Formats: sequence, structure tokens, C-alpha cells
Amino acid sequence: MSLTKTFATASRVLSQLRHDPRTIVLLFVLPPVLLALFKYVFNGQDRLFDNIAPLLLGIFPMIMMFLITSIATLRERRSGTLERLMTMPVSKLDYVFGYALAFSIVALLQAIITSLVLLYLLQVSIAGGAFATIVGAVAAALLGTSLGLFASAFARTEFQAIQFMPAFIFPQLLICGLFVARDKMADVLQWLANIMPLTYSVDLMKQTTTSINWTTTHTNDLLVVIGFTIAALILGSITIRRQERP
Amino acid sequence: MIMLMETAVEINDLSVVLDGRVQALKHVKLSLPAGKITGLIGPSGAGKTTLIRSIVGLLKTKDGAVKIFNQPAGSASLRRMVAYMAQDLSVYTDLTVKENLIYFARMKGQNRHQAAASVKELLSTIDMANKAGAVVSELSGGQQQRVSLAVALINQPKLLVLDEPTVELDPVLRSNLWKLFHKLADGGTTLIISSHSMDEASRCDDLVLIRDGKIIAHSAPNELLRKTKTASVEEAFLKLVGA
Repeated sequence: MSLTKTFATASRVLSQLRHDPRTIVLLFVLPPVLLALFKYVFNGQDRLFDNIAPLLLGIFPMIMMFLITSIATLRERRSGTLERLMTMPVSKLDYVFGYALAFSIVALLQAIITSLVLLYLLQVSIAGGAFATIVGAVAAALLGTSLGLFASAFARTEFQAIQFMPAFIFPQLLICGLFVARDKMADVLQWLANIMPLTYSVDLMKQTTTSINWTTTHTNDLLVVIGFTIAALILGSITIRRQERP
Repeated sequence: MIMLMETAVEINDLSVVLDGRVQALKHVKLSLPAGKITGLIGPSGAGKTTLIRSIVGLLKTKDGAVKIFNQPAGSASLRRMVAYMAQDLSVYTDLTVKENLIYFARMKGQNRHQAAASVKELLSTIDMANKAGAVVSELSGGQQQRVSLAVALINQPKLLVLDEPTVELDPVLRSNLWKLFHKLADGGTTLIISSHSMDEASRCDDLVLIRDGKIIAHSAPNELLRKTKTASVEEAFLKLVGA
């Protein structure tokens, strides 16, 4: 692995985004707008919205990052640029971590903007404060990036890649404790929830809504999310084949 | 005096079955000299791209079947010596020409200064210095192809493998590119260039005719015409396949 090649890849991915202003607007404007929309869905029920908004903050950016990463990396697999890189003295990890780094920067900006809008414009009071909120949102967005990178390996077309979003994310959304508390679900679903990454990123946001201080539960949730992120990145790099096996 | 001719590509009984059913290559035996331009000529579907992908190591082949500069195809050390230009564009169409060249130069191990210098040189080689800031998707097909060629030229590879590099180019550009290929060969680069166009064959030092996954002839262009008693490569091809 080479740090300069990782940085070169990250800066190339960011340049591609720079040439695409519409995507930039979608990335940074859509999540806060969706949250604002939700605030008015819960019109007058501010307490309820205060509890739900942070959870959504862990979900919207994650879904967006999942989609753009899986499409971006699928495009590389299909256009031949990834294959070309694989004929060069380039490690697969240079490529994968380059993507992760570029989208981490995007995720960080997105999380900061969305959190600030939530806290100060929409006047949501989150017990854990701005820092814990942003940490949770960034971790969730990074998880989305790494899962998207991994999922793109199984898609042959953009058409399929888009449909992986409901396939990978929706089951996790349903059982992560967002709709029904996990201990109220059937046993099998509880076991499944325990091994799904989204459970931990949603739990991290939940802790932040209820606890003023950063607790060991916060730390444990965060570590699990980071662990899943790194594992998905490494698995993603394994799915890249230097040689086609006929 | 004995001239020692280095062998660039040595293929020994290579058969490839794609997707478990298509027999793309059948018992190919081939030895290509270094420092020459070898034309890989045959109709579309003959197995040219499969042969090329085996040579650059993108297709896994039987151990020892394909050797490049005496090392198994696909070896890590070959990645610094072999460059490949695929039929697919394989550049970032949403980036500018310069951004593409700088990125690939960096990925081939050049530092910032080296990359800046080689981009300048490459742009003049492909005659596109005035298009450095243009986004690739806005260029013409021929210009896009030259950007892809420039990427392959980074770091002056010892073996340059080009899959249909001159298809769809206008005659002036094509002729300029062939001048460039000969200049590279004179400088010691080995080139393998595939084409389905028989009239490009006469520009090569060495010809490999391929059809249905089999090599049907391998010799210098004039020797091929002499042996088959024909006046053009196209006629020679027809005679060899017995049409």
C-alpha cells in the first residue's frame, strides 16, 4: 500500500465530484431539507421530533452515501478504469481506501451541515450535544460508504446497484430498533439485529438523544460501527479481481 | 556475429475457454521478438482481445503458458513494464484530459513534479496540448482515444499492448500514430497492436493472423505475401482460410 496513491485516488474522486455540481447540491442540501420536512410532519409534537430526528440523521446520510459509493465504484468496474488501474503497480487497498478517504470528507461535511441545521435552525434539542451528534452522523455515513463499496461488487449494472439499496439497507432499517424496540421483536430478529451494523449506528444516535454525557455504550457502539466499516472496506477490496478467471 | 534477439512474449500451448463454453483460443503457440511492432490481425470475434488480455495478465491462464520477458504474465514486476490500452476508453470521462493524465501518472508511481512534466510531454505527443483543460466527455471519439493512448504511454513501458488503437480515426491521425509507434519501436519498445483492418498490416514489422482462436500465419508482411503468392494481406488471409 502507498499513502501517496491513496491520496491521489481520493483527490481524483473529489475532482470528479467537483465537476458535478448537481450531485454536490444533492449531497449537502437534501439531508437537511428532508429533516426540515419531517419537522413539519410532526407539527407541534416537538418532543417526539426531538427523539426521532437524531435517528434520521444517522439514516439519511447513510443511505445517500451507500448509493453514491456503489454507483461510483460500479462505474469504475464497468468503464474499464478499474481494470486499467489493476494493470498498474497499484494495490487494491490504495484504491479502496482512496475512495473511503474521499467520501469520508464528503460525509464529514454532510454530517456537519445537517447536524448544524438540525440543532440551530430547526431548534432540536439533543441531550448529547453537537459533538456527539456529528460523530454519530459521520460514523453512519462512513458505514454507508463502505457497505456501498462492498455491495457494488455484486451488481452487474447500475440498475441492479440501485436495487441493492433496499436489499442491503431496508432489512436492517426494519429490525434496528427504529420502529419497534429490539427486545419486543421475535427472537430470531433480535439475533439478526445483533449482527447488523445499522443497529449499532442507530443505537449510537439513540444514546446521544438520551444521555448528556458520552458513555461506554457510546464508545462500544462507535467501535462496532468502525469495525464493520473497516471490515466492509477490506471485503470490498477482496472482491476486486486482478485477473479474470475464465 | 550472432545477434541476440530478446523475446518479449512467449506463449506455449495456450487454450482459453470463456464462460465455460466459448473456445476463444485453441492451442496458441507464439513467440514475439522485442523491439518490434507485431500486428495481431483478424476478424472481430477471432480471439484477438482474449489473446491480448492473456498477455497483459488480465486473464488467468495455465501456469507457464504465457511468459512476458521471461516472467509469468500477470506478475507484479511486469506491472511496471507492460502497458495496456483496451478497446473500452478506460479513462475518467468526467475529468479533464490533464486531470486524467496526472492521476494515472501518480498511480504509476510518479511524484507531483514528474507527473506535471510527463503530462506536458504526453500532451504534445498526442498533439492535444490545446485540449489539456477539456473534459474528456466533451471531446470527439478520436480525441478520447488519444487520451487513452497517452495514459498507456506514461513511464515509457517496455511492452505496449494496444487493442484496436486506430479504429475510427481519420487517415491523417492514423498515419501520425503509426509514425509514433515506429518511433517507439526504434527506441526499443515492443508493440503489439490488434486490428481487424487488413490494410494496417503492411505497417507492422511482424504479422500474426488469427481466426477462430487459431494462429493461421506468423511472419513479416512481405514474407507472407511471397509465401502465399498474393498481393495484399487481405488476399493472403483469404487464401490461408481456403476461401
